[in-house]
Amino acid sequence: MSAMTAHERVKAARAPDRPRVRAYIADLFDDFFETHGDRLAGDDAALLCGVATFEGRPVTVAGNVKGIDLDSNLAVNFGMAGPDGYRKLQRAARQAEKFRRPLVTFIDTPGASPTASAEERGQGEAIARCLFELSGLKTPIIAVLTGEGGSGGALALGLADRVIMLENSVYSVLSPEGFASILWKDASRAEEAAGVMKLTAEDLLAFGMADEIVREPPGGVAANRTALMRALRGVLRRTLDELCALDTQTLLAQRYEKYRKF
Amino acid sequence: MDNIFSAFTNRRRVLDALKNTHRSRVPAEPPCPSCGQSAAITALRLCSKCGHHYAISAALRLDKLLDDGGVALFEDIPSRDPLNFPAYGEKLAAAREKTGLGDAYCVREGAISGRRVIAAALEPEFMMGSMGTAVGEAVTRAIERAGALRLPLIIISASGGARMQEGMFSLMQMAKTSAALRAFSDSGGLFISILTNPTTGGVTASFASLGDVTLAEPGALIGFAGPRVIEQTIGAKLPAGFQSAQFQLAHGFVDAIVPRDQLRSALVRLLKLHPETAAAV
Ligand SMILES: [Zn+2]
Repeated sequence: MSAMTAHERVKAARAPDRPRVRAYIADLFDDFFETHGDRLAGDDAALLCGVATFEGRPVTVAGNVKGIDLDSNLAVNFGMAGPDGYRKLQRAARQAEKFRRPLVTFIDTPGASPTASAEERGQGEAIARCLFELSGLKTPIIAVLTGEGGSGGALALGLADRVIMLENSVYSVLSPEGFASILWKDASRAEEAAGVMKLTAEDLLAFGMADEIVREPPGGVAANRTALMRALRGVLRRTLDELCALDTQTLLAQRYEKYRKF
Repeated sequence: MDNIFSAFTNRRRVLDALKNTHRSRVPAEPPCPSCGQSAAITALRLCSKCGHHYAISAALRLDKLLDDGGVALFEDIPSRDPLNFPAYGEKLAAAREKTGLGDAYCVREGAISGRRVIAAALEPEFMMGSMGTAVGEAVTRAIERAGALRLPLIIISASGGARMQEGMFSLMQMAKTSAALRAFSDSGGLFISILTNPTTGGVTASFASLGDVTLAEPGALIGFAGPRVIEQTIGAKLPAGFQSAQFQLAHGFVDAIVPRDQLRSALVRLLKLHPETAAAV
């Protein structure tokens, strides 16, 4: 594996030509039907949910939505979901349980939306309730880190039976900019922060917070999307087979233990 | 791993010294930030003129809340430094010296007017009550013990959120505590969450927001993102009272605002409304 620095990984994870969630859905699933809205107040474009089939079996899919340029990013709040998005996820998760579909999430967000309107609608409660729902959800959950995963805003989609990280994805308690800003009162020290935060896929695998790394094709994921998707498809198939073979009690006990050990 | 910090030997002595200072009525040195008067501060750390809620230590809170103060649990959970973060060890040592605690928590088993409970409080003076592995472990053990003994659980939060120095290990505490609460809730356990100044970040986005009943202290700052981050994001000043306990009540996220000197009686009433189940031991 090449010796990229943590900061270079962060840059790769955020590259504008990196596949977005709709690309993963198009390449890995069939029959995708997007289900909008939280049934409470609104529909958050920054977090999508829907139902699809993976090699013939129905699954619930959810993921952070990022744009590729300024206009498309403004439309999805740069991938930062608000309470409406997290409550839409809770609704999708409960339906996954009801209809015995595995839940597959795709994580690519700098964090939860830090706006006044998000606070007014209970951003903290919305994320906490995701963790509450997912920790007891009676169906398998697989989380895939495709780009950047920042803070509780990422964890809300990341409490899973298996956490899969693409080689150049990162996962951290806060964005390196936010981390540097809080600890050193200087967001411009983000590169230094990335170096000490231990946020790469290798770090997370060593910690036991990621279960598997999907290697990215040489030459980059944008130019070799087919190869990336083929590799990820194989991992998803094997992981779904493993998890679907477990009885619910074992599945939930293993999930509890997975997080209890930290 | 990283079992680098041994138990703090004179913890009890420091704790006692703190208690004694707080127990006697001492004149407020600087004027009260709410009423401006140099009024005495009560044993519960309230302004005797206007009721302003001063910060209060976790230990003193539980001393006042529980019959005879209860019995301390899980005092020696080691803090960890999984990132070998620069100067974190020194920061922890200084916080221990200042608070007399091993990390930013107190957990006790005790009773409120005779009704047995498990109660935990976060310590705002210990690195802003931030949640790293030790705090997350203490909260999780408190939840699991309440579940095993079928006792009501009370957690008093005061926290700036995740402890940055422990990186992803801090984030995992949100999952760990929330999963423990899910199991506790599924088993029929009663969790009363009490939000005090400040409750923000990863603590708000995990166990603190998962109460069956959620109470807040008057004037407490409660939110996910801190006001400074929001102001930077939206490029404007927030109105006065944004994210206050009163704001959270108005937006539907707390059941009641309860002044500190009425908390014990409020809990007595709530506990009476949730009688012991037959299976209670
Ligand atoms: Zn006053």
